[in-house]
Amino acid sequence: MSSVHAQPHPAHKDYEGAKLGMWLFLFTEILLFGGLFLLYSAYRARYPLEFHHGGQHLNTFIGVANTFILLTSSLTVALAISALQKGNRKLTLTCLGITILFGLMFLMNKYIEWSEEIAKGLYPNGPELLKLPNGEKIFYGLYYAMTGLHGLHVVAGIIALAIVWNFVRRNSVTPTDFNKLENTGLYWHLVDVIWIFLLPLLYLAA
Amino acid sequence: MTSSAETATYRGFLDEGGRKGLLAWLLSTDHKRVGILYLGAMVFLFFVAVAIGVLMRIEQLVTTTAIFPPAMYNALFTVHGVIMIFMFVLPGLAAVFGNFMLPIMIGARDVAFPRLNLLSWYFFIAGALLAVMSLFLGNGPPDTGWTFYAPFSLRTGTNVPLAVFAAFVLGFSSILTGINFITTVHRLRAPGMGWHRMPLFVWSLYATSWVQVLATPVIGITLLLVIAERFFGIGVFDPAKGGDPILYQHLFWIYSHPAVYIMILPAMGAITEIIPTFAHRTIFGYKAIAYSSLAIAALGSLVWGHHMFTSGMGEAANIAFSLITFLVAVPSAIKVFNWTSTLYKGAIVLRPPMVYALTFIFLFSIGGLTGLMQGALNLNTHLHDTYFIVGHFHYVMFGGTGMGFFAALLYWFPKMFGKMYNEKVAFIAWAPIFVGFNMLYGGMLILGYAGMPRRYYTHLPQYHTGHVIASVGGFILAAGLLLFFANLFVALFKGKKAGQNPWGGVTLEWQVPAPPPLENFDVIPEIKSRPYIFNPEAAK
Repeated sequence: MSSVHAQPHPAHKDYEGAKLGMWLFLFTEILLFGGLFLLYSAYRARYPLEFHHGGQHLNTFIGVANTFILLTSSLTVALAISALQKGNRKLTLTCLGITILFGLMFLMNKYIEWSEEIAKGLYPNGPELLKLPNGEKIFYGLYYAMTGLHGLHVVAGIIALAIVWNFVRRNSVTPTDFNKLENTGLYWHLVDVIWIFLLPLLYLAA
Repeated sequence: MTSSAETATYRGFLDEGGRKGLLAWLLSTDHKRVGILYLGAMVFLFFVAVAIGVLMRIEQLVTTTAIFPPAMYNALFTVHGVIMIFMFVLPGLAAVFGNFMLPIMIGARDVAFPRLNLLSWYFFIAGALLAVMSLFLGNGPPDTGWTFYAPFSLRTGTNVPLAVFAAFVLGFSSILTGINFITTVHRLRAPGMGWHRMPLFVWSLYATSWVQVLATPVIGITLLLVIAERFFGIGVFDPAKGGDPILYQHLFWIYSHPAVYIMILPAMGAITEIIPTFAHRTIFGYKAIAYSSLAIAALGSLVWGHHMFTSGMGEAANIAFSLITFLVAVPSAIKVFNWTSTLYKGAIVLRPPMVYALTFIFLFSIGGLTGLMQGALNLNTHLHDTYFIVGHFHYVMFGGTGMGFFAALLYWFPKMFGKMYNEKVAFIAWAPIFVGFNMLYGGMLILGYAGMPRRYYTHLPQYHTGHVIASVGGFILAAGLLLFFANLFVALFKGKKAGQNPWGGVTLEWQVPAPPPLENFDVIPEIKSRPYIFNPEAAK
């Protein structure tokens, strides 16, 4: 009978399971940011005026531009999935490529924005920030922590998109087996959704 | 399948699969091998932490002089706590027995994401290595206690960032295991296994996994912020910049209190498996036990503030947290009542797993009741930060989770390895463990009630007798633990063949050969009844 055991059982693919796992993972991401949102609420209640002033120093234009970029990239990743479902592999690759480019644009803007703030001395332990009242120090601490952590997620999302782009190219993600693409899309939407909360909390706080 | 177990050549999953030697373990995605990988790593880490505990008890043998420098004592209790909490009791039963038994108990061939499962183990090992490295790199081992309270953790010169990062990586391991188990329970139950036909160990793992998934990210972000604070000075927990250390405590306990239930729930689940088997009687109150696991997980997530009664949260918050703390005792007590009711009129056979399981109930009840004492606001003011707390959580975490782990190990060892240990030695080892345990931690309860503060490297003369009794108890306990594990270790090589079902258990894992074959089942079984039916005739 043990020879029977040695024979491999048919490979097990469970899309529902994979999607459930992905959603659970997204829950953990929301709670990861949840800790920061909790701190934000507590400090904003304590330092309303300082948060108001802190928000005034941020570059709202870049913040809003980045919001448009991410929202559009969510659209393109959704289009990539629809295109693959309809069997149009080329369009899928194009849409994924555009999504990655949008992600890179977002990071570029972030770089410009952070550079501006840092040049002004507005960074943790920075000379200008140390002169400001405590509440604004906290505001900037949270600003860097929240946008920084979000930025890391954008980087992770871009890497995931690039990997899945390669899968589509090599035909291991196909119109009948596109679970990896769908889950990557879910992750990218999450990155987008978190940003939608960051924009009003930080840039429009003033 | 019984016939295959009796064939002389049969050795189950330990003998099957392509690779041989060490790689067969390190690259295996078989849930059973992953479970044993965890077991090996944990037993090693457990003894490291026991050894550190013994060193602390040696220090407390003297009053006027210090055997170890005070700073080293701080490092000892920090490392003891970090290893025991994050690397033994927290992943403990879920990672070892959950991995090994969960798929078999629900009639599946593996967990939902086998590769992710192996990855969790690597995260676990990476976290453990980082924690060990933090002892030797930088300016000495962390000295904050396992709680890493701000602002001290932001200021101390010792190697806190690495230890904190180690805990972060371990959290990753915990989250991935949680996601894996929830998905497994939802997707891979055998045909016919409805929710109310699942063994109760599976229910407890399911509840635990939700806490792992939902609470662990909060400690993740908290620990990342401590690292960001130390490297960049972002100020969110730093009072000098307007940050509030109390908020650190909130975030820390939002995870770390539910984590207590991550530790205890699977142990309760294992006890729930053992008791009906040795009472030869179906479990009393199946649904009450199943749902009380969920209730503990839910209520347990709302009581974190009871660690902070003396931190200055405010009167209203204190009262609310105290009230919910009392509430969480209800589902815990439901379990204890159900276990004892199961015993009533059962045909009880005292074999080693049962003895350790009953010990669990006794010690856990003491732990639970002393917990209620601390949940009362006025008494808490007196008991906070004393040895009473230390005694209490050792009764819960060691007398509870630890004893549950031992009971589960004795119960499932013959199934996991196909070998039987020496039952007599397992009984003999119980005596020093039980006596030493109560001398050590019972002593701590009394010392703490008399005012002995925790985390001091020395003590005043009036506490000396108590400390000597506790220390002697500690040494007896450590000797018992050595005997316990030596017995199992010998059995691995010299143990007699265990047979498929040495205890007469009725859940699915006893219906596959010992050790189970690769992929567990040739044909996925179909489940036709609820679990724990010892006399199928009577059930109709």
